[in-house]
Amino acid sequence: MKGQRFLGLAYLAPYIIGLAVFTAMPFLTSLYLSFTSYDLMSSPKWSGLANYERLFTRDRTFMKSLNVTLLYVFITVPLKLAFALFIAAILNYKLKFINFFRTAFYVPSILGGSIAIAVLWRYIFASEGLANMALGAVGLAPVDWFGDPTNALFTITLLRCWQFGSAMVIFLAALQSIDKSLYEAAAIDGAGKVRTFIFITLPLLTPVIFFNLIMQMVQAFQEFNGPYIITQGGPLKSTYLLPLYIYDEAFKKFNMGYASAIAWVLFVIIMVLTLVAFWSSKKWVYYAGDKRS
Amino acid sequence: MANSQILTDAPVLDDIQAARRVKIGLISATVRYVLLFSVGLVMLYPLIWLVGASFKTNSEIFAGAGFLPESPTLDGYIKGWQTSTPYTFGRFFWNSFLIILPKVIGTAISCTMAAYAFARFEFPLKKIFFVSVIAILLLPNVVTRIPQYILFRDLGWLDSFLPLWVPSAMAGDAFFVFMLVQFLRSLPRDMEEAARVDGANSLQTLVYIVVPMLAPALISVCLFQFMWTMNDFLGPLIYLSSVDKYPVSLALKLSIDTTEAFEWNRILAMSVLTITPALIVFFAAQRYFIEGISAGGVKG
Repeated sequence: MKGQRFLGLAYLAPYIIGLAVFTAMPFLTSLYLSFTSYDLMSSPKWSGLANYERLFTRDRTFMKSLNVTLLYVFITVPLKLAFALFIAAILNYKLKFINFFRTAFYVPSILGGSIAIAVLWRYIFASEGLANMALGAVGLAPVDWFGDPTNALFTITLLRCWQFGSAMVIFLAALQSIDKSLYEAAAIDGAGKVRTFIFITLPLLTPVIFFNLIMQMVQAFQEFNGPYIITQGGPLKSTYLLPLYIYDEAFKKFNMGYASAIAWVLFVIIMVLTLVAFWSSKKWVYYAGDKRS
Repeated sequence: MANSQILTDAPVLDDIQAARRVKIGLISATVRYVLLFSVGLVMLYPLIWLVGASFKTNSEIFAGAGFLPESPTLDGYIKGWQTSTPYTFGRFFWNSFLIILPKVIGTAISCTMAAYAFARFEFPLKKIFFVSVIAILLLPNVVTRIPQYILFRDLGWLDSFLPLWVPSAMAGDAFFVFMLVQFLRSLPRDMEEAARVDGANSLQTLVYIVVPMLAPALISVCLFQFMWTMNDFLGPLIYLSSVDKYPVSLALKLSIDTTEAFEWNRILAMSVLTITPALIVFFAAQRYFIEGISAGGVKG
């Protein structure tokens, strides 16, 4: 099929055009815009490093927003993954109704991005909502979820942890693919359940843990719907994540240059953390058939 | 330890251990079920409550934790459906449908073509293009959103569905390309080669041989795109400004902003309606979701 050297490119043409027009070009343009001031009315004015200088030296909102974002990601991602893995490990035993449980746990993931669920969250964590009623039922004092800056962010973390289903399904699929003879060998050697889990199961799961970690992290850094609907970034900007700040700067105040600079800071943070994860993965991710142990 | 000793002790030890094992097994199974049921309850109760509360009167909604309404009413549905705009919620559902249908079709066609190219052809720069798929997969949208907005503004596409359709119709959702490539690579090529020997060209082979084999993966792609588009909020929020073009996600946000603070049941009722299509599709086609996500891994 020598005449077909370019046939593949023909099939790929829509993707290539899309890549150029909707990804590559905007990617470079946003880098350029981040060095300009641009209000959409007149053409962009080059301002050098002024945007970045303002971000890191004078912009208190940015500092606050950056802190909140990092806090949110570093709490939400590990909590969600640990919970997903824990439930997947339990489901991996031969249980009845496993399909029922898997479905029940997965439903929130299907709906989770929906605005309707964010709305529901406002009701559940309202001062007389379900969450406080549940606390009251076990004799605990009600919590001021949305009024108190220390609690508000946690309601969004809870919302995203509630959606642990998709990570769990991936873990479960990986758990079910583990060779049973490894467990038998461990049992013959006298290893208990916990030791087997730590020394056999976990290492074999590291590729999916790695995959889930990256995907969940990239996603968590871009959280928008939750804080936008549930808390509007408040109280006292305690849930004002960077995507909210970018949205306000870009689409409310039309400071396109400044918003691009914030977006690039966020991008660089995500990229650095992704690269660190990839780089460190050589040390902790185990691929079956790999000589390293 | 001598061999003989093991031999003589073994049966007795086995009996005791077996009994212990059964006991421990029972306890741990009970613990597991209790745990799973309570987690399941916490997972699903908010949704059950949501459905129940949408039939409650406003005064009852925050009165107790139960989900059964004491005096069920359709008030929330009837008044919520009317909305505070000149349009009913029916209009917003229709808009969602108008956004979703072309987007799903465009995604399916363009991603299949791209996956076919990657899995079945050799061409210049193939490696670089495939790396770009992974790069897009990891690239946060936040960094391209502003220039995309400016681009769509210059094209005169703002306040139309085009910004929501076109990037997806150009195989812009790299995740789907990746998933289809993985799936296609795992399929044998015999049928395709036979078709080629019989004189079919590559397009005929794609349409008549590859697409039918790809069907399960393609169904997953369409279902996920349906869900994500149904739930998408930021896209319509940025690109659509006229209320008559709003999809349900924006309409729901609008009804929160414009409904009197104490008219809770209207908002809850419309929330129930907005998640209903997604739930129906999920339960009708569950298998494809679980398989799709297990095979490729998915965000969510």
